[in-house]
Amino acid sequence: MIDTHMKRTPLFECHLEAKARIVPFAGFEMPVQYAGVLEEHRAVRNAVGLFDVSHMGEIEVTGRRALDFVQYVTCNDASKLVIGRAQYSGLMTPRGTFVDDLLVHKMSDEHYFLVVNAANKDKDYAYLCAQAAAFDWVDVRDRSGDYAQIAVQGPKALATLRKLATGNLEEIKYYRFVDGTVDGAAAIIARTGYTGEDGFEVYLAPEHAPRIWRKLLAAGAEFGIVPAGLGARDTLRFEACMPLYGNDIDDTTTPFEAGLGWIVKLDKGGFLGRDALLHQQAEGIRRKLVGFEMTGRGIARHGYPIWGGGKEIGEVTSGTHSPTLGKALGMGYVPVELSSVGSQFEIEIREQKVAAQVIEMPFYRRAR
Amino acid sequence: MAQPNDRFYTKTHEWVQVAGAEATVGITQYAQEQLGDVVFVELPAAGKKVERAAALGNIESVKAVSEVFAPVSGEVVAANGELEGHPELINQDPYGKGWLVRLAVAPGSASGLMDAAAYEKFLAEEGAH
Repeated sequence: MIDTHMKRTPLFECHLEAKARIVPFAGFEMPVQYAGVLEEHRAVRNAVGLFDVSHMGEIEVTGRRALDFVQYVTCNDASKLVIGRAQYSGLMTPRGTFVDDLLVHKMSDEHYFLVVNAANKDKDYAYLCAQAAAFDWVDVRDRSGDYAQIAVQGPKALATLRKLATGNLEEIKYYRFVDGTVDGAAAIIARTGYTGEDGFEVYLAPEHAPRIWRKLLAAGAEFGIVPAGLGARDTLRFEACMPLYGNDIDDTTTPFEAGLGWIVKLDKGGFLGRDALLHQQAEGIRRKLVGFEMTGRGIARHGYPIWGGGKEIGEVTSGTHSPTLGKALGMGYVPVELSSVGSQFEIEIREQKVAAQVIEMPFYRRAR
Repeated sequence: MAQPNDRFYTKTHEWVQVAGAEATVGITQYAQEQLGDVVFVELPAAGKKVERAAALGNIESVKAVSEVFAPVSGEVVAANGELEGHPELINQDPYGKGWLVRLAVAPGSASGLMDAAAYEKFLAEEGAH
């Protein structure tokens, strides 16, 4: 059913044409699947898929103290960025937990382009504005309405996008971007993604999005391109063990607990949550996000309790049947004592306890 | 689309086909389309008694878990073992190879359920296509 209070991306008509199943997500009417989650998932792993991720939030930080401000609110070290580089980071509470996870792109010395989760965009923007009040010479602007975002993901993403984009796309290394054009329209072309495959995320003006979406589908036809929905986006990111805010990380979890210590740069200077994170580093974490495989019959799902030694010890944060590995896998927080590979516990599935075992993360890593 | 007219249907999108004292149960074409790719099926073992409209089992797609309800009361004679290795049969052939369980039933057990025409009308009223 179509709800008029929901927002639509500039590509909504394209999704209807493609007979997508539309669901409400983060205030948007979004395609959850077209032909089917498994087919879309496999197309991205083996060839190329096209995602409308225009619901994602874009927030610009500009001004003479833009870097100081970004450094203060995020845990990674944005001073290491050069123009044309992107960085995965965390927007931090003073407790060292996640307000959100995000990508920070350095456009120029006084201009940073932040890409945040759709469900968190309003919260993030309000939080950034509140923090910016203490900074002179910083301007924070919500630019989400000015950008459509199309993700071209999969081993044939480069071959697909190069037909329409200017410049030498192969020279854009992972986590770098260029100001380029796609089919004549100005676009930020970033080699980033949320699927565990090679690919690009393209930010462009909404009015060009439907035309470029259709041209990308035509350009990728020889490789078997398919439009892919939120369902496949979730199973793809899950296999690559990329955290999903609201599932695997939130404002009660720290980067150390989530296995994201690599995005915490305690020696970069003062930032929100640094004291709490220094303290946690000294004390050691008590719980940790692990990946597990169901050794008994059943599928773990978000929110299912984890049991060990006769008591509830944690909760599943994400879980499904992995299309690529062909088995039921999950992620969840457990006490550190049970976090090493091979540790065993049980997942409560509809009042039954089913055996599971910790395995290496990520579950899927593409061949390079 | 046309539903097979050799069986009966529920408002929760299960079907039941009665032959003598035995009934075969599955989910409808509409139900499998709504579920998407089925990856896991949990069914009761033989000997289990089930009540009409009570939970019969669970079908999981990559995205979600859905309960299946018994269209009729009876005792499980067999569950479709093929589904353990090939849950996709539910998507491919919901009215055939994708059957879920066979039940031993009493005469008249399917009374009050919808026939194919009534189920199609029900789907149309629900706004389903």
